[in-house]
Amino acid sequence: MIRFEKVTKWLGGSLVLDEVDMEIRQHETFCIVGASGAGKSVSLKHMVRLLTPDSGRIFVGDDCVNEARGKDLDRVRNRFGVLFQGAALLQWLNVGDNVGLPLRMKTDKPDEDIDRLVKEKLEMVDLVETFSKTPYELSGGMRKRVGLARAIIEDPEIILYDEPTSGLDPVTSRTIDRLISRLKTDLGVTSVVVTHDLHSALAIGTRIAMLHDGKIVETATPKEFIKSDNEIVKGFLEAQYITTEAEWKRDPSP
Amino acid sequence: MIIQEPEHFEPTRNFVQNTGRHVLAMLRGSGRAMLMLLEAMRDIPHGLSSKHRHDILLQQYVSGVKSLGVLTVVALFTGMILALQTGIELRRFAQEVYIGSAVTLVMLREMGPFMTGMIIAASVGSSFAAQIGTMVVSEEVSALEVMSIKPVRYLVMPRLVALIIMMPLLTVYTNVIGVVGGAIVGQTQLGVSMPAYFDNATQYAQNKDLYVGLFKAVVFGILITTVSCYQGFSTTQGAVGVGRATRRTVVISFLVMLAVGYMITRLFYQ
Repeated sequence: MIRFEKVTKWLGGSLVLDEVDMEIRQHETFCIVGASGAGKSVSLKHMVRLLTPDSGRIFVGDDCVNEARGKDLDRVRNRFGVLFQGAALLQWLNVGDNVGLPLRMKTDKPDEDIDRLVKEKLEMVDLVETFSKTPYELSGGMRKRVGLARAIIEDPEIILYDEPTSGLDPVTSRTIDRLISRLKTDLGVTSVVVTHDLHSALAIGTRIAMLHDGKIVETATPKEFIKSDNEIVKGFLEAQYITTEAEWKRDPSP
Repeated sequence: MIIQEPEHFEPTRNFVQNTGRHVLAMLRGSGRAMLMLLEAMRDIPHGLSSKHRHDILLQQYVSGVKSLGVLTVVALFTGMILALQTGIELRRFAQEVYIGSAVTLVMLREMGPFMTGMIIAASVGSSFAAQIGTMVVSEEVSALEVMSIKPVRYLVMPRLVALIIMMPLLTVYTNVIGVVGGAIVGQTQLGVSMPAYFDNATQYAQNKDLYVGLFKAVVFGILITTVSCYQGFSTTQGAVGVGRATRRTVVISFLVMLAVGYMITRLFYQ
């Protein structure tokens, strides 16, 4: 579904992605983990061409993202919904207008239809009562859920999550995890989750890839990942108090 | 992509290299700002659709109605100072009645559009830069791009249309208040009656003076929008970057308005 072919990216004089090869399969939840500055968010931004690689190619289906321009790029981007790290809600619009923004700007749908669709999506993230509220009135977790409702308003095939649980307490983080799993089941989407929260990645991921110094050092299922022999993976697991002896509890049903 | 990827350069070795790099960066920035302006102008027909009408009206309200208070004070005192300074000199030759034409011509040709431009650049332009800069930093502009909503059409075009409409209107307002300020000083301090002041003002002012001033106002509106929005989109490094973009907007807008104002004056009054 999404394929990185020898993608290299320099930013601010540092090599952030170093000939990265990666393949994300349809309908899976692919988690990219790693320390801060490892290149996780940079790789995510390449998928929707917010960044372009210095060398290498990125494919979404048969479309080469880094060569797409104009309407071709719009077509590729329309396959995605993105939840940004801080939710990226427009502060002067209320929740309903934020979620419905893509439909209002890009379609000629009547307002009643848009409002109905917005409420439908807000229902999916359990926030229909916030329709008229402004982003300032919402907590961090609620903002992320509104951002998620906006990401799915156009029924995308792929949802990208940039640090969906960062800055949230453990209880809210697990709520977001369950929501990601539920949306995957309900909508049949492919999910790509960038996170440094291994608990979250192990709970929701179909496969987990670890980025370190711009390279993928491990790609495995959660069960294989916690038993990995890779020293970098081991160190990362231990830093989050996860050991192979631990009884790992997989995500409960959504 | 309206947001440029951060550029990295090796440290410069000498003054010449450093100067060259700054000049190139300035030229590149000017070129990008011009491309942004062209894109926004190309999008103006979309402003007629109901999708953008509300945004344009909102920007007109913010840039126009909300600036009236400060404009009134600045224009009134500008007119009063002009009348007092010219009046004191003209009184030496018993020609103080000519303050009417002096104040009116200066306001119509230069001070009206320039004072309006300064106030709008400092209050509205800086807020454009801060708002767009904050949106860049908090990834809201990236979110628009990913949703295939063109940031220039959504953010720049309504502001451009609003200032193209509001700048001439505000300039007319500034002119009127400035001329009235001059009349008050004439009446109270220089012994020039209101009818004599306005007779003198209308005798020498021509339609051309008004039109050139209004033309300047439109050009200043375009310049302020271009500078402020471009600085906003160029914001990097969080809150510090937003502050830098705001400061640059005000400084660059003032400098560009002075230079372009001079060129327009030279073009029409040579």
